[in-house]
Amino acid sequence: MRPLTVRRLLWTCGGLAALLLACVVLALKLGAVPISVTDLVLDLGRIAIGRASELPTDYRLIVFDLRLPRILLGILVGAALSVAGAGFQALLRNPLADPYVLGVSSGAALGSILALIIAPEFALVTPLGAFLGAIATIAAVYFLGRRGGQLDSTTLLLGGIISASFFSAIIMFLMTTLSGRDLRGMVFWLMGDLSTPVPAGLQWIFTVGLLAGIGAIYSTSADLNLLLTGEREAIHLGVDVTRVKLVVYVSASLLTALAVSASGAIGYVGLLVPHAVRLFFGSDYRLLIPASALCGAIAIVLADTLARTVVSPTELPVGAMTAMAGAPVFIYLLRRGLK
Amino acid sequence: MSANDTFAPTLGRRELSQDGESSLRLNVAQASYAYSPSAQSAPTFTLSATSFQAREREIVAILGPNASGKSTLLRLISGMIAPLSGRVELDGVETSRLDVRTRAQKIAVVHQESPSVYPARAGDFVLQGRYPYGRALRFAKQEDIEVARNALARVGAEHLANRMMDELSGGEKQRIILARALAQQPRLVLLDEPTLHLDIGAQVELLERLRQLAHENRYTVVVVTHELGLAAEFADQVVLLQHGRCLRVGSPATVYQKELLEQVFEAPLDVELGPAGRPRVNLRARRSEEIT
Repeated sequence: MRPLTVRRLLWTCGGLAALLLACVVLALKLGAVPISVTDLVLDLGRIAIGRASELPTDYRLIVFDLRLPRILLGILVGAALSVAGAGFQALLRNPLADPYVLGVSSGAALGSILALIIAPEFALVTPLGAFLGAIATIAAVYFLGRRGGQLDSTTLLLGGIISASFFSAIIMFLMTTLSGRDLRGMVFWLMGDLSTPVPAGLQWIFTVGLLAGIGAIYSTSADLNLLLTGEREAIHLGVDVTRVKLVVYVSASLLTALAVSASGAIGYVGLLVPHAVRLFFGSDYRLLIPASALCGAIAIVLADTLARTVVSPTELPVGAMTAMAGAPVFIYLLRRGLK
Repeated sequence: MSANDTFAPTLGRRELSQDGESSLRLNVAQASYAYSPSAQSAPTFTLSATSFQAREREIVAILGPNASGKSTLLRLISGMIAPLSGRVELDGVETSRLDVRTRAQKIAVVHQESPSVYPARAGDFVLQGRYPYGRALRFAKQEDIEVARNALARVGAEHLANRMMDELSGGEKQRIILARALAQQPRLVLLDEPTLHLDIGAQVELLERLRQLAHENRYTVVVVTHELGLAAEFADQVVLLQHGRCLRVGSPATVYQKELLEQVFEAPLDVELGPAGRPRVNLRARRSEEIT
């Protein structure tokens, strides 16, 4: 018998964190202006000991004022979407659940756009609207997915996909009828894009909100393991199912909402990453959640680096990269599940 | 650590009975229930007042055809639902009043199948039975691992610990699910149609194991089944249900009467008394002229 130990958990997460760090260095290096890795590591060291002022200004501008914030945003968004995906998968007992596939991302996007139209003067209005949009969408999809009192996997996914295209259509309508908005920027944002930085005043709210959401889902990970074997079994084993479901429902919606209001609807990360983590590390949620957070961060940092460099000096939205990788995997999982 | 050492703390906690006379454990007193689609509408199914008692080491079979109220009675006993009237008590405490964690320490429920979205290893699955004893993220303590190992040994499945649940045969899976129930160190073990997907050899093996476990660990066992033959062979008490009514409670010998069983199960059958005072049931196929 080899149960999960704290030791194995820490070693795995430590290894993944090191991998993430390597990806961050790589992402800082690559771009329209090439920078050598040795310089970069030395400079990172200089910043760490508080001597950032010694660096040349133009270089500091590119690497640490443009690339680094974008990478940090990518880390937060990737972690949030992956953990939200893993959370939705347990909540709905469906391995294909993901904020994007379920339409939650589109719901959050519509929510934030509507909020922006109604009250553009408040900074907090976008994430708040996104949260309401996310929570309403998942509730709607959940009820669409019920057939005869049971949650039906296929109906649930159809409900999500239909909601997503419905919301996208409304967003398109709003964007076209509202004059004076940056249409290309909006299209990028809809696809999922990291090029717009989070407004300075909101950065703390984002970071704290995302970490709190991930922490809340992680605190239920032992319960989620049991919930996956069945709701009835979980109750008989002593799980407070109502509380656990509420925590995961609210937290996963919050994570999706924050990620979407910062970077638009980046698709398939919440599906791909937990799936890959399960292949390598098994499906114990106590390991799956932190490993998914780290791998999600790695995935987005790499995908965004690719998006910045493949057609350099032009950029692709990062959501285009994740969709190119994610859609085939989704189809593969769906076919395998239908067998 | 031997098997007995691990289970000893639980045994010590329970008061020892005098002169081999075991104490009353489960008391179902005039318990009834009604399902309604909504609060205003008339109930679609009612279980009328049912009473029986069970002592430790006893096996009770709840017997009846489909839609007779077997599962409802089991849900009442497990405390998932509270009776509309009457009481269901385990060691003098109403099961539906226990908080979910305490309940899981006292009552283990084994369902027909536990299909998981992501199959776990059998060993980890058995460790889930330690959930009601743990805190927060519930990393397994040495004690939990010992208890889980012991539970696996008691169902003869140590060699399956590292196999994935979805690779196991029906009988092996059923043993692992039973081992998880044992790892809960309960006082009451409830089984819902445990033999449904098992072949006849595995059915007999499971029930013999249950009888032995009930005896060694002083469990009270309640089995829901429609297997007349198995219930006659293994149960100390039979609760016979039909259309939500409790028809008889008693030893298999007193409940198994030809006319009664024929009427309840709507099938022609013969009942004869076996060597150990246990009845035997033989199904009699209708001849073709009887059917037409």
